[in-house]
Amino acid sequence: MVNLLTAKKVTKRFGGLVAVNAVDFHIPEKSIVSIIGPNGAGKTTFFNCITGFGKCDEGEILFEETPIQRLRPDQIARLGISRTYQNIRLFADMSALENILVGQHVFLHTSWMSAVLGAKKQKEEELNALEEAQRLLTFVGLKGQGDMLARNLPYGQQRRLEIARALATKPKLLLLDEPSAGMNPRESEDLTDFIRRLRDELGITVLLIEHHMRVVMGISEYIAVLDYGEKIAEGSPKEIQTNPRVIEAYLGRGAATEGMETAQERFSKKNGGG
Amino acid sequence: MKKEKLLWSAAKTGLVGGTIAVFLCLIGMVEIFSKRDVIEGIITLGQFVLFATFIVSGLIAGRRISDEFVQNKNTKIVITGTTAGFFTGLVVAVLVIFGNAVNLRAVFLNASSTLYDILTFGQGVGGTWIIVVLGAVFGLIGGAYLLLPATASRPISRGVLFIFFLALFSGLFRVMLVSWGGIWEAIARGLFGQTGLTLVGTIIFFAAVVGGTVFWSARGEEIQTNVNRLPKKRQNIFRGAVIVLIAIVALGLPQVSGPFIAQVIVIISLYILMGLGLNITLGFAGLLDLGFVAFYAVGAYTVGLLTSYGPFGLQHIPFWIAVPIAVLVAMLFGGFLGLPVLGVRGDYLAIATLGFGEIVRLLAGSDFLAKYFGGPQGVIGIQKPCIGTLGKFLTVDVPRVCNGLELNKPQDIYYVAVVSAIFIAFVAWRLRESRLGRAWMAIREDEDVAEALGVNLVQTKLLAYMLGAAFAGLGGAIFTVLIGSIFASSMQLIVSINVVCLIIVGGMGSIPGVIVGAVALIGLPELLREVSEFRYLIYGTVLIVMMLAKPEGLWPSQAARRELHHEEQVVEA
Repeated sequence: MVNLLTAKKVTKRFGGLVAVNAVDFHIPEKSIVSIIGPNGAGKTTFFNCITGFGKCDEGEILFEETPIQRLRPDQIARLGISRTYQNIRLFADMSALENILVGQHVFLHTSWMSAVLGAKKQKEEELNALEEAQRLLTFVGLKGQGDMLARNLPYGQQRRLEIARALATKPKLLLLDEPSAGMNPRESEDLTDFIRRLRDELGITVLLIEHHMRVVMGISEYIAVLDYGEKIAEGSPKEIQTNPRVIEAYLGRGAATEGMETAQERFSKKNGGG
Repeated sequence: MKKEKLLWSAAKTGLVGGTIAVFLCLIGMVEIFSKRDVIEGIITLGQFVLFATFIVSGLIAGRRISDEFVQNKNTKIVITGTTAGFFTGLVVAVLVIFGNAVNLRAVFLNASSTLYDILTFGQGVGGTWIIVVLGAVFGLIGGAYLLLPATASRPISRGVLFIFFLALFSGLFRVMLVSWGGIWEAIARGLFGQTGLTLVGTIIFFAAVVGGTVFWSARGEEIQTNVNRLPKKRQNIFRGAVIVLIAIVALGLPQVSGPFIAQVIVIISLYILMGLGLNITLGFAGLLDLGFVAFYAVGAYTVGLLTSYGPFGLQHIPFWIAVPIAVLVAMLFGGFLGLPVLGVRGDYLAIATLGFGEIVRLLAGSDFLAKYFGGPQGVIGIQKPCIGTLGKFLTVDVPRVCNGLELNKPQDIYYVAVVSAIFIAFVAWRLRESRLGRAWMAIREDEDVAEALGVNLVQTKLLAYMLGAAFAGLGGAIFTVLIGSIFASSMQLIVSINVVCLIIVGGMGSIPGVIVGAVALIGLPELLREVSEFRYLIYGTVLIVMMLAKPEGLWPSQAARRELHHEEQVVEA
């Protein structure tokens, strides 16, 4: 399979702290890949390197053979990488529909001049954009909520809206930063199905950061484990579950697969909250 | 709370109120305001302000009680109100006694014998008790006001406020009406005195406002629903009629109001122009630009240099050709200044732009560039706009002859400003509804996320900045022909700050808010030149009160209304 994204020896430092240390990584096309690791392992920093939020200090990131590590976030977004955030970052005072319309920004081309003049082309384009936005709302199950302010939506719907907004940029690669945070088991099960649909129906490659082991083990085809900024293991869910290094460094002594959550908690407590 | 504690708290409120009253006395406000009347021969403006502090003391003290107590609430409110007013009066009395014993004038210039006369009602130190008693009485009134039901208190407070404002402007109304002659003159003399309202006028206006408010609160909802029930077509006609009415008043006012008010209205309309421009930069895209006056200056100087028949005139082209050039130059200037600074965010951007504004002013007024911009002497002899053909340029200092209609009165320039303002409002409205407007709002809300969604930050911000600059340039261009000259010294930082303030007071991102803000912040102080000494004091107080009581502005945009009252909205939803 072709790799959609390849990271080579990606390193990011904050002063003396090495947040991501020479990580090699690749994401096959149309796959669902997860990055796991204890708090502070550098997962989100790695995300930021990919999306151009914080430029990596060393290494190379190739997206469809194009190096992107020096590009601005908006350029990377145009190439087809989109993301959601660990703590939801919607445009809180814009309506759900407007949030999605901002995501479509890249595909709208009318200049400010024709907007002022109200050109026919511009009106058509707006109409199409609205239609597309409605379609996306329906896809994420928010039909009829378009006029609600983003901040007034319930938490779960905000998460969905954020994904819809990311989808509006028509990404090839979608980065989801802890999408199941704060969800109950039932909701996270829905989420698992939803992520599968993204891949199966829209053909989007998905990269996840996730703490919910049930979600991770359920949908990932491939998992990478980060610890202290270093990749300590990678492989299929099965391989990760039985990998002695992962169990030793990440899961703690004697933890079985089912006890992952508690082991992780113990781990973070031991390290002063990670 | 025990009884003595209750009184002590009321006394504290009273002491604070008293301190404010003494402050108003010592800065000279009471004395100067005493030259004007609210009701002629009965109460002066100075007394009104002083009594207002008593009433407000009583009101605040009383309100604290009404929040905390259930038992014997009414008596307690009245007692605390009276106590607070008493202490407020007492502090003022102490000022009088102390001021008579010690000469305060060495420090406080305004602690004059006239002030003491005002405070003791001409009775000397022996009359000090009057102010204390009055304090208690007005405190009592303040407290008692809280006991009134809303149906009674609202008309009264509206009536008092209305009378207060009418009294401030009574001189203007009088002059205006008298100039119309005939029956108007008689009405004017009946209602408006030289320095304030007449007693008859006060009674008529108060009754009208009270009656109107009572009528509206009783029947207003009904009328509203009746209007809403009308067929769509009828409703549109109704709405159209309202708009036409407003347009007639707005366009006709300068013609009938006389030159002074006309001039003020032009200045308001110019600020509306600039406000609409900055509203794009600040209201839509959230870029705080404190150097807005720089673009205003660029527009003004461009038109000045291009049209002037004075010694600095470069070209002698008509105003109508010079304006688009000025707008373009201001826009390019905006791009030129914007590029380096738009990378910085928030507060840093404000400081950087503030620097630019000052640099432009200093350069334009400097001796170094005096060859081109006239230095401190400025550019004079700016050709008035002419509808028709303009005669040939003959020689320096001789205006070109206008064969046609020359727009040389402020009223004429006003129409140019109104047309420009409508144009800008239209552009702003269209842009807000476009992809660009959404991108601006997204940047205002969360820059990083907007960028991650593919919004080119530099490009988008720069466009907002340049459009704002272009409209400021237009404002400057019109201002120049209004005044007929340009001086670098009029391009002060305060102009930028005024524009920012009027946007904040009117409501960020709201187009009608800009108009309301400009009328309130620019119009009122211009009309109240008599009290101009305290202009910025009042200005500052109003801003603080606004921020505390109505942070979304007088006429907020939909988004801001949601933002600041979102809890209520959630409940509704």
